[in-house]
This record gives sequence, C-alpha cells and structure tokens, in this order.
Amino acid sequence: MPPVLELRGITKSFPGVLANDAIDLSVEKGKILALLGENGAGKTTLMNILYGLYKPDKGQIFINGEEVTIHDPSDAIARGIGMVHQHFMLIPVMTATENVMLGVEPTRSGIFLDKAKVSKRILEISKQYDLEVDPQACIGDLPVGAQQRVEIIKVLYRQADILILDEPTAVLTPQEVEGLFKVLRSMVANGKSVIFITHKLKEVLAIADTITVLRNGRVVGTVNAKDASQEKLAAMMVGREVNLVVKKKTATPKDVVLSVKDLYVRDERQNLTVNGASFEVRAGEILGIAGVQGNGQTELVHTLTGLAPVVRGEISIMDKPVRHSSPRNVLERGVAHIPEDRQRHGLILSFPVHDNLVLCTYYQPPFAKGLALQQKVIVETAEKLVTQFDVRTPNVFVPVSTLSGGNQQKVIVAREFSRPIQLLIASQPTRGLDVGSIEYIHNRIIEKRDEGTAVLLVSPELDEIIALSDRIAVMYKGKIVDILPAAKVNKTYLGLLMAGVKPSEALEAAPATTQEIEVERVF
Amino acid sequence: MNAKVTQTNPEGSAQKEAPKSEGERKKGSKFLQILLVPILALLTGFIIGAIVIALSNDAVIAAYRNFFHAPGAALAATWKAIVTAYGALFNGSIGSFTEIRQGIQSYYATGDSKPFLLAIYPFTESLATVTPYILAGLAVAVGFKCGLFNIGAEGQFGIGALCSAFVGYSIHGLPWFIHLPLALLAGAAGGALWGAIPGYLKGLTGAHEVVITIMMNYISFRLSDWLLNGPMKAPGYRPLTPVVESSAMLPRFFPDPLRFNWGFFLALAMAVFVYWFLFKTTIGFEIRAVGANPDGARYAGMNIVRNFVIAMTLSGGLAGLAGATQVLGIDHWVGQGFSAGYGFDSIAIALLGQSHPLGVVLAALLWGTLRSGATRMQSLAGVPIEIISIIQGLVIVFVAAPAFIRWIYRIRAISVQTTVLTRGWGK
Repeated sequence: MPPVLELRGITKSFPGVLANDAIDLSVEKGKILALLGENGAGKTTLMNILYGLYKPDKGQIFINGEEVTIHDPSDAIARGIGMVHQHFMLIPVMTATENVMLGVEPTRSGIFLDKAKVSKRILEISKQYDLEVDPQACIGDLPVGAQQRVEIIKVLYRQADILILDEPTAVLTPQEVEGLFKVLRSMVANGKSVIFITHKLKEVLAIADTITVLRNGRVVGTVNAKDASQEKLAAMMVGREVNLVVKKKTATPKDVVLSVKDLYVRDERQNLTVNGASFEVRAGEILGIAGVQGNGQTELVHTLTGLAPVVRGEISIMDKPVRHSSPRNVLERGVAHIPEDRQRHGLILSFPVHDNLVLCTYYQPPFAKGLALQQKVIVETAEKLVTQFDVRTPNVFVPVSTLSGGNQQKVIVAREFSRPIQLLIASQPTRGLDVGSIEYIHNRIIEKRDEGTAVLLVSPELDEIIALSDRIAVMYKGKIVDILPAAKVNKTYLGLLMAGVKPSEALEAAPATTQEIEVERVF
Repeated sequence: MNAKVTQTNPEGSAQKEAPKSEGERKKGSKFLQILLVPILALLTGFIIGAIVIALSNDAVIAAYRNFFHAPGAALAATWKAIVTAYGALFNGSIGSFTEIRQGIQSYYATGDSKPFLLAIYPFTESLATVTPYILAGLAVAVGFKCGLFNIGAEGQFGIGALCSAFVGYSIHGLPWFIHLPLALLAGAAGGALWGAIPGYLKGLTGAHEVVITIMMNYISFRLSDWLLNGPMKAPGYRPLTPVVESSAMLPRFFPDPLRFNWGFFLALAMAVFVYWFLFKTTIGFEIRAVGANPDGARYAGMNIVRNFVIAMTLSGGLAGLAGATQVLGIDHWVGQGFSAGYGFDSIAIALLGQSHPLGVVLAALLWGTLRSGATRMQSLAGVPIEIISIIQGLVIVFVAAPAFIRWIYRIRAISVQTTVLTRGWGK
C-alpha cells in the first residue's frame, strides 16, 4: 500500500533564503510522523506548501499514491488535509459549534443555520476520538487546551485524513499535553494520519512513530522513534553535540535580595490572582516558581517589576520597600526583567538592534548627554554586546524583527545582563526557543547566579524549573504552597502540588524528595 | 566589526569608510524604497486625473463621437485637453520660465520690477500656501510617531490662529522682535493646550484620541464663532478680528500682492527641529518607542501617559503655529471658517510623507503647489478646481493602500517594517 502522503524533492526559495531544499517525506496510514527542527529549519514553510499556502518551486506531492497539485487551502481540505495552526483561528465571541461550522454552514430550508445538526456531529466526533468539548461553550471562556480541541474537531468535521499540528504543545500545560497525546493516539487508532511539528525532543519520543529531522531546509535524517534518543535527535537538529544537562555548582546563597510577604495582587479584570504569597530570594541562588500557567505567576512578576500595583502585603528589594514604584524605579534599583512575551513586552520590533540594546538605559550617560542621544556610543556599545552575547545579526542597524526568536531573546539577555543588576526576574526565558539557544540562555543565567545575582525564575515547564533552580516554590491559586530544595525534589510530589493537592495529602501519595533524581533537560 | 560588516554586505563597494557610512548607505537605499510608493501613487493619480480631464471635456467627447471617421482627431483632442490642463496647472503653481526670463530682462532694461514680480507670483504664492501645510503636516506626523491619530489639527490650527491674532492686534507699541515672537508663541501655546487636553485624557482614561480630538474640533469651531461675533469682533458687520499690528506680522520678501514671507523658513526650521527632536533626543526615542510598541515601552520603564501628553502637546503646538503663520504672514486677520480644511489636509500630508519630517516637507510642497496652481488652472484651462481634489484623493488612497500600487506596477513587497500609524479601539 502506498503511503497516505508522500513529498518528493520539494524545493522552495524566498529571496535570499532556500527555505526547503529537495525535501522527501512520507507518512503512513495510521501513523504519527514528527517533523523535528529548530526555528527557521523550514518546518512551517514545508507545511504551508502542503496546505496550499505556498507554491513549491520544484517537487511532487502524492496522496495515496496519486500525484496532486494543491493550489490553495480549500484544495488541501478537499483532499483530506487539515491543519491546526499554532495560533488558533477561532472567533472568541462565538460558541464551539459556530466556530466549527464557519465556512461550511449547513442550513435548513436554505436560509436557517442548522446548528443542531453540527452540535450533534461535534458530539459524535468528540465521543469517537475522546475529544471532550461542550458544543455550546463560548470559545473565549474555554481554557487553551479546550480551544485546541475545538480546532481539532473543526479539522475532523471537514473530514480530514491527514492532520498537521503546528507546535501544538507550545501553549499547553503538562496535563493538557497528556490529554492531547491521548487524542492523537485515538485518532491514529481510527485510521487517521498525523504530522506533528515540534522542536521538543521529549514529546517527539513520547508520541511519534517516525521522526524526520530538518536542519537549514534539508532533511537530516528519518529515524524510528524506537531507535532514537534525545541526545541523538538533538545532535541531528543542531548539527553538533548538545549538552542536555545543565551543569552547575552547588549554590552559595548570601543575603536576602528580594523578600515578598503576604502579597495580594489583582489582575486586569480585578480578580485577586495573587493571594497572600510569601517567599525570599537570596543573592547567588535561583528560586524557581513552578505552577500551571494562570495561577498568578504573571501578576506576581508584574507587581515585582512595578507594572501592577500592590493590593496588600510587602515587597522589598535589598531591604528597601517597593510599593507604588514605577517600572523605571524598579529597573534603576538593579532589577533585570526577561518578560514572558518577548516580542510584545521585551522589544520594540521595528526599532534597530542597537536601540533595543539600550531600551532601559538610553537616558543615562554615556548614552545621552542631557536630552541628546549619543548615537555613536550607542552603536559602539551595541556592537560590543552583539559580539559578547553572540547575537547573530548582519549588523546592529537592522530592525530586531528580522532576527530569529533565539537571537531576539539574546538581545534581551544582553541588554538586561549588561546593566549592573542584583536581581534577575526571568519569565519563561526559553519559551519557543531552539535547543541551541536554550542551552545558551540557561548557561548565562547560571553564570549570573554564580556572580552573586539573585534569580527568580518563573516557568510552566517543570523540567526547566528542576534543571535550573536551587529551590522550587510551587504556586497554586495565587499562593506559594510549598518551597523545596531542587536537588532531591520528587517530580510526582511537585505535580500533585501543582494540581492543587494540599502538601499534607500529597505527602501521603508521594515523598517530597527522592534520593536519586534525573536532572535532564528535555525540550 | 568593520570587517564583519563589509563581509556580510557584498554590495559594499559603494561604501566610503567604516561602519558609520554603512549605516548611512543602508538608510539611503531604504529611503529610495520608501519613496517608491508615493512617487508611483502620484504618477497613477495624475494618469487617472488625465482620464477624468479628458472625459469632462466637451470637445474631446465630441471628437470621440466621430472616432471611426477621424481617430487621429479624437486622440489629438484628448492630448490637447490634458496638456492644456496640466500646463495651466504648472504655470499656475510654478510659473512660466519665459515670463520670468522676460521679467528679469525688462528689470535690467527699464528698472521696472513689476513684470518680474508678476512672473514669480505663482511660485511665491505656492510657497506661501505650502507654509501652513508643512507645519500642520508635521503636527499630525508627530502624533503618528507616538501611535496617536490627531484628527484635531483642524481645531488646534484655529485656536492657534485666534491666539496669535489676539496678541497681534491687542498689544500696541512693541518692537517687532518682541511682538512677532510673542504672537507666534501665543499661537503655538494655544494649539499646544488644545492638543494636550486629548493627550492627557487618553493617557489617563484610555479614551480614544480620535473621538476626543473630533469633539475638541467642534468646541473650537463654536468657540471661534462666538469669539468672532463677540469679544474679538472688529467694528463692522462681518465676523472678523481686527487686523494685527504691523509689528506682529511675519515680514514679506516682496511688495504686495506677493505674500511670500518668513513663515516658510520658520516652517522649514521647525521640520529640522522635529527631526532632531524625534530621532536625536531621549524624549523622541521614548515617543517613537511608545508609538511602535506601548507595551514594550512600558516594560522598559517609560511613562506612557507622559509621552502621550508630550506628543500631543508638540503636535497641537505645531498645528497652532501653522495657524499663527497663516494669520501673521498671509491674512493678518481671522474670519469665520478660517481654518477650513488645513487640519484635515495635514492628515493626508502626514500619510503621504510617511510621518517623516523630510517626507512631510516634500508632501506639503506638492500639496500646496497643487492647491495654489489649481485656481489658475480653472481660470486658464476651464478645468474645474475639483480635479485637483480628485488627484489628491487618489494619491492618498494609493499611499494608504500600497499593496494596490505594488500590484499595478508588479513590485515585490519590500521588507521594510510597516510603520504603525495608529492602533484600534480599546487596547
């Protein structure tokens, strides 16, 4: 039997870039193919070709052994190809049913929308594939995981046989990832085929049957998941041996730099999202805040950096209270902030690299004399930082938007680390980055810790927290429920706390620490 | 670093030296790319304008009725109509080179400067018309740079005009070097206040600046109606202010009726100032950062409200100054409906000039010249003045929808970051 989908010699170039270079790929019926590669390896371009968004310069596409030309997405849908985009294409004010029927609305008597019919079909699909969705729920009210299930149902409703999922786990909590994997398994059991695009090694090994690795637009190799290991895949992806374990010395904590006592904070909708959190971070240690996203971590960081007001409680940095401080005030006290959303909060994308490197210090000497910016000094400093922090950019004059995600993050790190800082607040510092950049950013953070900087690390990726932190604080519903030493922490215990189980009850199920712990870095 | 830059840019042969010239050269090619769309938009606007001119010409229509008998005549009539109209437009805005030459000759021959002054009248009149457009265009551009859509330039222009007129006619006996700056400053201050209010309200309450500035326009219109019919009214029937003192007037370069005055150079100086302020100072850096990404700017420690207020104050001040130069340089008094259109045209100019001070100056030169030539075109060629409005409107549509121009001329989309002009409602 021919493969469900086969690509032969697909080549696509953009001005100055060869995005796909003679790519061969095949997907068997009822199997999951993982397309693995760093950002910019050409995964998305390839899938956009398959989905009819781009025309390939060369190459053939076969579906069930028959050569096809895909002109546009509706062509792809007609041939049974469905795509779940990384950024969902849903309309938040509409219900799940309405979103699913968008574009293929069935009607009664040719005028009235037949929502009942669609709802019924959604329930059938959701039963068949274990996709739990309430057809009447408004999309805006659903958690991200459920929104993704609606996207998948949307694709299945259009009778797709081949599903393309573009970085589907990037927005999910660990529990939701498990749920998604269950759905994928039941889909392939029902005869569907899946292409799973990702750069996370652990997930690939957990879910895929075969793995095709792309690098710089070329296929590096295709391996069976059974025969693959993380080290091997990482080396294929990056093109060199990658150090998967974060190497660090035991921390030597000194004075308390950041102290938070009984803190209460409201979010934008005036809900109390931080509910009496208390903790301390000392110089020379990394405190990791573990927790499922949406448990008050974002608001906590906003308050610490002066972006949101304190409702009640105390924050002090270097023994000085921070209450109604402006962001600038906080920055000037030696606090560095790597924000969660680097493009929206960390950079001015249309500004050149050199301006982004002085975004917090442009008004201080030597970058400004009075009101006048010292362009020459700024450019010289930027050129030094670009070399020092290995930012890959043609020069410092190009807009920072033209850089890859990893290099954009390096610009932020270079900016924040080149100021004199006592406290580093890093929110998901490696979100969406490739293995090489993750390694780099992690090492820089450890380096800062060893220099005596206090580090507060917030990340929903438990593995990152365990690998980097010296102590781990678990945050649940705005409270710090427990603080543990990271060296011997038991992952099961942490998971239970993150899910809301009380420490006393969690202890009955699992010990807080284990003797041996695998510190592995798997993204 | 030098070597690195040279390596990564194979076309570096044109480069004179060191990384600095690299940056400048980059800017140069980027500048051309930015200019490409406006120029093509202009060309397209004129082509479509030509079609409209031909279609609205009776002789051309009559010739086409006979097309199959005399196709040459029809084409010739079309060509003649277009050439006459655009020729008149050119003569009306720039003047006739022959006349200018003859004027100079007759000055040397007879010592009579009249023919010469008459010959340069269209050109100087164009420059006089351009002056308020430059300043008001800069006003809107400053707003755009901060992500604000200042629809209120119209009202700020009017308030500025009233303030400078008041200082101009109510104070007597001052020497010109005190009175004139004072009157100009009064105009700028009035406009600045009128701009600062929406800026402050936006920053404080998040109210959309478009709505507030529109409302501020209405307030200014009614306020000026009242002032011109009441406290500021000159004796007589018509709702006009008294004529300003001669010590407050912007000096003119030529005798009447040539109205070309110092205001033009003041406007150019302000363009240089705005460029310096936006691109070379820390405040300008903040304004541009807030305009490009307010969230990012806030995270970097910038005060958003303060920047909104500064940008709107400067914007209003420039619009007010535009009103002041119109009063002190051209009209010397303020009448009802005085500001009609300047504030709104300035939005088009800022768009056409891509919110860059140099672009604004070029766009204003074009805009004012067309406007001033249009009158002459109507009287000489019998082409309705509205043709110019049509061409200007088309140019703006093309500039605002560059994809259309790229499609017509099959130009590949350039990778230059699109400037965020304004944001939508809410966030």
